[in-house]
Amino acid sequence: MRTILHSDMNAFYASVELLYHPALHGKPVAVGGDPELRHGIVLAKSQEAKRCGVKTGMALWEARQCCPDIVFVPPHYDRYMRFSHLAHEIYADYTDLQEAFGLDECWLDVTDSAEVKGNGRRIAEEISERIKFELGVTVSIGVSWNKIFAKFGSDYKKPDAITEITKENYRQIVWPQPVEDLLYVGRATKRKLHTVGIHTVGDLACADPVMLKSLLGKMGLVLYVFANGEDQTPVAKERTHAPVKSIGNGMTAPRDLVNEEDVSLVVYLLAESVGARLREHGFAGSVIEIAVRDCDLYGFTRQKKIACPTNVTGEIAEAAMAIFRENYIWRKPIRSVTVRASMLVPDDAPWQTSLFVDPQKREKLMSLDAAVDTIRRRFGYHVIQRGLMLKDTRLSALDAKNDNTIHPHSYMERGNRVGIEELLTV
Amino acid sequence: MVYSETVTRQREDASLEENPLKAYVTVYARFTPEGDMEPLCLEWEDGRRFSIDRITDRRRAASRKAGGCGIRYVCMIKNKRVELFYEENYRWFVTAGTS
Repeated sequence: MRTILHSDMNAFYASVELLYHPALHGKPVAVGGDPELRHGIVLAKSQEAKRCGVKTGMALWEARQCCPDIVFVPPHYDRYMRFSHLAHEIYADYTDLQEAFGLDECWLDVTDSAEVKGNGRRIAEEISERIKFELGVTVSIGVSWNKIFAKFGSDYKKPDAITEITKENYRQIVWPQPVEDLLYVGRATKRKLHTVGIHTVGDLACADPVMLKSLLGKMGLVLYVFANGEDQTPVAKERTHAPVKSIGNGMTAPRDLVNEEDVSLVVYLLAESVGARLREHGFAGSVIEIAVRDCDLYGFTRQKKIACPTNVTGEIAEAAMAIFRENYIWRKPIRSVTVRASMLVPDDAPWQTSLFVDPQKREKLMSLDAAVDTIRRRFGYHVIQRGLMLKDTRLSALDAKNDNTIHPHSYMERGNRVGIEELLTV
Repeated sequence: MVYSETVTRQREDASLEENPLKAYVTVYARFTPEGDMEPLCLEWEDGRRFSIDRITDRRRAASRKAGGCGIRYVCMIKNKRVELFYEENYRWFVTAGTS
């Protein structure tokens, strides 16, 4: 049996800010984005703010309504990254099998060191003490024999707590919890499960896997395995990354986009970043995807395979705009746009030429992009720009590539290794 | 919105004015061939220098009082106990009440 810990730094951004502003101790504090740039939401909040009902994702004005005394602090991502790194250094004293899940969460497989140190709880206690003393923030740690229950344990009691979920107690601790607390049970899945009378994790664990498969497809089996604590997904080795499947950038514009010209400006800005990142990593994308959200936060995603794989900024932007024109009906202004390239191939892979594409012109576009990349690397991002960007300098002032340095992770980014193969034969 | 290192430092310095418990200082240090780093002397803002007589403890620690974390050197300077931190942002600070 494995011993797996899931360590979660409590109210990470807010705790780090509190450490740096001792005068704010005991006051309701929230870390919030810049309302001027319309990033005005609560990213993290202190325990005091939480008690007043402030929630992550609230608009800053909403948070002030819940809690008039609240103090807003701007975020310092460089600092959070350094703290995250320091925490990983501590984890590294116990295992080389550590897998980050965002900046503040991490799984550790301590099966081998548990024998040396005694048991999983001992290690959890030691890590918790060290993080408190050395970094000045607290963690919640879950100890279990699989990743899913370990994460459950760290969410079970907060802040500064250790919860052990064993084969003896998981029916009492995990099973009574609402089913949506499980990873991968979102709004839609929850609704479907409720229609068949599954409300708790226990209900799910005791359900018939054949029925779950017919209801939710393969994910039904994954969830069944999760609920029964039989998830086999290994903890990845430190400093290894899942293979890149796609490269994309998105942004919430500083003001609503009201016509095609606005959208095109933002799409070009994002395509510049996507293109530069593709070139940096030696990729070309065969599928271009665009996602838009209107001011009511309603949105869609559409994608399209293109004639030949590309990392040329202009081609990415034009492909994205073509999909946009085909799919968006202008009823409402647009709030955010994302451009993504997927089905990646190495950029030196041979490609099929076409009668309608001038290969010489393409070569020229590629060397043009390479020249722009070099200029930007040497002299800074904003020294060279497309003429289009001058139409609205407020929109184009953003640097999509360097402003987005923290990327979300998915539990199955390395593939489905949950262990549903046996069930698939049923 | 991401602040660059420089902006972060400017903000840190600005918040220092509200936080009289933390003082950044100049430090003269010795680096051994083994890679150990040992502060020898610290220099106050006004140019006064204090040599460190002895280091009694060295470990990673956070300072809740001054606000920050890094490697903490507990130093004896003229028979007084001074906590000197090599902060995670590669700057040195002492906690107040120790000058």
